[in-house]
Order: sequence, then C-alpha cells, then structure tokens
Amino acid sequence: MLKQTPLNAAHRELGAKMVDFGGWDMPVNYGSQIEEHHAVRQACGIFDVSHMLPVDVKGEGVRAFLKRLVANNVDKLKTPGKALYSCMLNEQGGVIDDLIIYFMDEQWFRIVVNAGTADKDLAWMQHCNAEWGANLSLTARRDLAMIAIQGPQAAAVLHGAMPGSEQTTEGLKPFNAVNVGEMFVARTGYTGEDGYEVMVPAKSASFFWKALLEAGAKPAGLGARDTLRLEAGMNLYGQDMDENASPLESGLAWTVDLKSERDFVGRKALETSEITRQLVGLVLLDKGVLRAHQKVHTRHGAGEITSGTFSPTLQQSIALARIPLGIAPGEEVEVEVRDKKLQAKVVKYPFVRNGKALI
Amino acid sequence: MNIPADLKYTKSHEWVRVEPDGSLTVGITHHAQDLLGDMVFVENPAPGRTVSAGEECAVVESVKAASDVYAPVAGEILAANAEVEGSPEKINQDPYGAWMFKMKPVNAAEVAGLLDAAGYKALVESEAH
Repeated sequence: MLKQTPLNAAHRELGAKMVDFGGWDMPVNYGSQIEEHHAVRQACGIFDVSHMLPVDVKGEGVRAFLKRLVANNVDKLKTPGKALYSCMLNEQGGVIDDLIIYFMDEQWFRIVVNAGTADKDLAWMQHCNAEWGANLSLTARRDLAMIAIQGPQAAAVLHGAMPGSEQTTEGLKPFNAVNVGEMFVARTGYTGEDGYEVMVPAKSASFFWKALLEAGAKPAGLGARDTLRLEAGMNLYGQDMDENASPLESGLAWTVDLKSERDFVGRKALETSEITRQLVGLVLLDKGVLRAHQKVHTRHGAGEITSGTFSPTLQQSIALARIPLGIAPGEEVEVEVRDKKLQAKVVKYPFVRNGKALI
Repeated sequence: MNIPADLKYTKSHEWVRVEPDGSLTVGITHHAQDLLGDMVFVENPAPGRTVSAGEECAVVESVKAASDVYAPVAGEILAANAEVEGSPEKINQDPYGAWMFKMKPVNAAEVAGLLDAAGYKALVESEAH
C-alpha cells in the first residue's frame, strides 16, 4: 500500500500522472513535465513535498547535540528562523542524509529530512540521543504538509494566497523562515529560483494548495522538480551521494565545517581519507541524453554519471558526474551511451540560476 | 486512449501501417508516448540496414527515460524520418503522424501475425492492472 500525502486527492483532481516514488503515491507530472519546468523558471510552480519529513528536536542542549550530529556547524544559526543545509554523516564519513535545519529557539530546532531516508534518519538520531545521553525529545511531524512555491512570481503568488502576509514574508531573506499564523514559511527551495517552502497543518493543505492555484501558480510534479534541481546543480540524495560517498567527493565540501573544533560524527574519517574524486558538471556536445550510471572516460581514468537529464532550459543534455581529480572545467571527456562514446564537456555548475543559463 | 483501427500493433508498443506497395511505416503508439512523457531525442536506424523481428533498431528518449524501439517484423529499413529526429516532441503531439522509419518486410505474411486494434487495446488494459 503506497503512502499518501494530504494532497493526494487534489493531485488526482488535477489529472496528475501518479507514480510510486519510494513508497509514496506522488505526481510525476500533470501533463507536460517540460511545461511545468518552464513555468517555474518563468513564472511560478507549486510542488507537493509533503513526503519529506520535519522532525522537531527539543530540549536542553539541543544545539550541542546537533553540533555533534551533523557536518555543518549549527553555531552559524544565531537568529530564530535561520536555516542551514548540512549532511548527517556516519562514522565512516559517508552521507546518511542531507537535510535542512531550522533554528526555532535554544530549546527547539526543526530538521527536514528526505522521504526515502526518514525512517533510517530518525532511528540514527534516536540512537545518538540515547548513546550520548542527550535526553532530547524527537518528534516526527507527519501532521504537517509541505508545499514548495517556486519561481520569479513566487512572492506574488504567496501573497495572493495568503492576503496580509506581505509584511512578514516579503522581507524574508533566503534561507530564513517565519511563522505566519499556523504556517511555517521558509524562503528555501530546490529549483534555483526564488521561492518558499511552506509547512502547513495537514488538514489545511488542500485549501492552501487551491488558494495557490487560484493565485496563478501552476502545479508541478516530481519530474520537473528533478530537471530543475539538476539545472540548479543541487545534489539528490541516493544519486549524487549516499552512505558510501564522502561529501568531499560529492561537491559538498562547502557544507562541511572543519574549521571549528567540534568532534562531529564522521570528522575523523573525513580528515584521514584520501580525496581522489570530484563531482563535476557535464554538458553533452553530441546528440543524446546523459543518464545516471553511464561510464565517463577521462585522461585520468574512469568515472560515472550520478545524475543526468535533458535540460529544458539549455535544450541540451546535462549531468553531474563523479570523476578523478585533476580534470578541469573546459576539458572534454567521453561518455558511454549504449554502444557509442559521446563527447561531453566538463563545466562548473550550477547550469542555470534565476532563469538564466550560466554555461 | 487513441488506437486507430486501420493499424497493426506490436506487444512492445509500436504501430505499423501497411502501405499500398507492401512496405511498412512504423512509429510508437499514443500509449507508449504517454508512458514516456516529453520526448527529447530520437535515434533512427540507417536505411539499408536489415533487421530481424523484435530486434532493437531505434531509440526514443524522453526527459524521464530511454526506451528501445523494436522492428515489428524482419526486413530492410527503407527510410528514417529526419523530422522526428529534429523535433522529437512531434511524437507526443501526433504519435500516429510522426512515423519513425519505413521498412520492407521479408515475409508479408508475418505482418498478419501482429496485433489488431482490439488486440492491442486488450494488451494495454491488461498492463494497466
């Protein structure tokens, strides 16, 4: 039996094509994935991301607990509502999950984890809570739905759907959140566009979803979410990194804080391991489509594509690939696609930000 | 679901039109393009190539996935449609107009063994359950 979000009926009403996404019955598109992609780059699209799980961690010493639990440093979070992207590592330095941590107050942080890893994450956090004698309460918030409102017109759509919210949400800086009535509104996203991710009580989710549509948003499915995040150069857990990959070989060194003296889980392993690979962007020069797991040949040896797709914005195929160190942007590599070897160029990513091509 | 009555079909979701001269025109069905979603790449077989029945001879790729297209019967490729290679989205817009390749069957009788519209409809419905 597939799990359903509070918006399941709303998706079916819109004629969504539903798929099994890691055990969840989710909309992959509502007609055309490419049109939904362009709607987000040019106007505003909304996504049901209620399959992701907010976990509230509460109690005395929660900050100290998180300083040990995750690779980024929650001491960067000083004002309530501020958000931080981080990896949660295992002792071997592999990535258990990537997540966003919100600072609510000194007794309460909120962590949003991926859907497919939610059970594993919770179990690990509970394990650490007990092992370290932290004595915190961890609460999975399945009573909250989450809707992402993304695109250059996201602010106008949000205000249209929540009259009176302009004052509180307009000045909201990227990676900051605020409570608006019963909603938790964060200026975050996974598309490379301006936008918000809003947590709303499950019982109010359909009403809010419809208000967003009436305010001019176009519903967008997980298909467009994937092409948008890849153009934006954002990692996808399970593809671009996992428990067997170091964040330092996954383009995530910027999220690992090795400057502070903290003894976080995985630190020793990261500091003693040899880095031999890097995550790079690829643009296909020949015709075709790059896909995950295709083999990449470079002058320093082989690598592999971790995520690949056709970029609707660039009208050519793009990918993230893990390849040996020493291959620089501008160099050409070969990718095995079926029985052919196709030429691709190594580039710096992101590929697209705020509606504009960067390569 | 759009399944024209005057065409033949394969279990792998190609449609086949028998032309007056006995040659075959091949494309992918409305159902196939609907499953795959927005098309972004088409690779057709080279004219002159001989293929056996069920042989992988073309590729269509949507944003979502790559899918092989199979020769419905044994024969020789006569022509490939460059228009769908240049504009793969035509397969979404008009799957029965946007043909992929034409071929000459080795044995015309083999074509009679393909599914008719009713048989293909039953196949699609059975796959949905």
